Amino acid sequence: MPVLRQGGRFGLGVGLALALPIALAVGWEIAVDTGAASGRLLPPPSRIGATLFELAASGDLLSHVEATLIRAGLGFLGGAAAGILMGTAVAMLPLVRRICDPSLQALRAVPSLAWVPLFILWFGILETPKILLIAVGVFFPVYVGVSGAIGSVDRKLVEVGRIYRLSRLAMARRILLPAVLPATLVGLRTGLGLGFLFVVAAELMGASEGLGYLLVDGQQLGKPDQILAAIIAFALAGKLADTLFVVLTRPLTRWQDTVRESL
Amino acid sequence: MLIVDSLSKTYADGTQALSNIGLSAAPGEIVALIGGSGCGKTTLLRLIAGLDRGSAGAVAVDGETILEPHPRVGVVFQEPRLLPWLTVADNVGFGLGGLGRSENRARVTEALERVGLAEHGRRWPRELSGGQQQRVAIARAFVPRPRVLLLDEPFSALDAFTRRGLHEQLLDLWAASKPTILIVTHDVGEAVTLADRVVVMRPKPGRLEETVAIDLPRPRDPVSARYEEAVRRVMAALDRSLHPPIARRDPAPEMRAGWW
Ligand SMILES: Nc1ncnc2c1ncn2[C@@H]1O[C@H](COP(=O)(O)OP(=O)(O)O)[C@@H](O)[C@H]1O
Ligand SMILES: [Mg+2]
Repeated sequence: MPVLRQGGRFGLGVGLALALPIALAVGWEIAVDTGAASGRLLPPPSRIGATLFELAASGDLLSHVEATLIRAGLGFLGGAAAGILMGTAVAMLPLVRRICDPSLQALRAVPSLAWVPLFILWFGILETPKILLIAVGVFFPVYVGVSGAIGSVDRKLVEVGRIYRLSRLAMARRILLPAVLPATLVGLRTGLGLGFLFVVAAELMGASEGLGYLLVDGQQLGKPDQILAAIIAFALAGKLADTLFVVLTRPLTRWQDTVRESL
Repeated sequence: MLIVDSLSKTYADGTQALSNIGLSAAPGEIVALIGGSGCGKTTLLRLIAGLDRGSAGAVAVDGETILEPHPRVGVVFQEPRLLPWLTVADNVGFGLGGLGRSENRARVTEALERVGLAEHGRRWPRELSGGQQQRVAIARAFVPRPRVLLLDEPFSALDAFTRRGLHEQLLDLWAASKPTILIVTHDVGEAVTLADRVVVMRPKPGRLEETVAIDLPRPRDPVSARYEEAVRRVMAALDRSLHPPIARRDPAPEMRAGWW
């Protein structure tokens, strides 16, 4: 709602935010055009646009984006499912918490990329290590979000459930689930962002398709325009996935009294 | 019929919160519990509600011993405790089950009307003021038609003006189904306005000190002489409960002898 009502100010904000990148792009374009700069290492926007268009027209871009999205999606689903399961188990079962949480917290301190050599050694260089790496990256924010959320459910609201004699299942469905939903969604959204971070790393490991492959290929063939085109495609895909996530889950937390009602 | 029999509660840390409480309340009777903070009022209500267990003694409602929350006992907490993810109407209907959709809806609508929130059923709890939220909590407690309703300082966070309106709405809801009401309050005026009987508690350990009957006709006029006289009687009982018993008793024999 506020976005609609403040349409004018929203437009102004977007305009201000875009002013700097547009000015830089136009300036660079003119510099290369007039011969002031060669544009060999940093191609002007028009050339990047042309490359992007070529890739899109030939259908290559779509197949690379698809490969990347499938990897990121599978890794995200696997990591999110594991994070939700472990987070729930650790929060609900004290014994599981005392056994598992310290180890998981220790593993969390390991930068996920450090696993890459080990994963390659164990699983080769095909899809498995890539998806696993993404899943590991997604797992931790989801795990931390879910276990923390369940641990901090307001005891007072649980008592309301007790007063109305909810069964364990009804208590989980009618009180616990809605109470932990916002923090879980935040964890999932963070996980989704990390999934896109790690899909790049995974594809840099060596891939025959995917946006990461375009990056490596562009580097090896000395085509900076292709690298930049792939970066732009990454940014768009990531932003699109994030926006989609927010739009799809917003109705679930409409009841929340948060400062940021928009993105 | 609510019966509290020789009820005691000692918390795990050794705090003796209640000692040997005996209390009964007839159907339709309104009993106010009054006393300083820490004298066990909340503890007593939680034990009657079945949220905690006593260390000794028992609570029974209509002959059934209370060991856990009972379908015929409703509770209004000090805070509204609305579920923020449910609309106002869904909060009011939260404790209803198995009656059928149209009966549920009819009861929710009626309760919302009685607390003056008929227009607000589709809003979120966060969109209501503190007083409105507490009215929703009261409606939620009444809707399953409890035989005993427990209220723990339900109005203490509200201004005097809002409180006055809520007293009327509470009595209006009560008149429709005449449950037994046990209400904890700090406010002598509130106790005299609402209750048939005011029970004064004293702390360490929490126990019932004195009972003051309020036999005034309803609706009660707070500027009548009889009302003011009742307020004075409750005040006097409160005063007595505040003096430590040792000061009123004769000195112990060895003290009387005097060593000086
Ligand atoms: N969960 C608890 N654990 C230990 N002591 C408690 C607990 N709840 C209340 N008490 C103690 O029991 C006494 C009575 O508390 P309470 O019933 O809350 O009094 P009131 O509602 O009259 O203010 C107080 O001394 C309080 O500190
Ligand atoms: Mg209290």
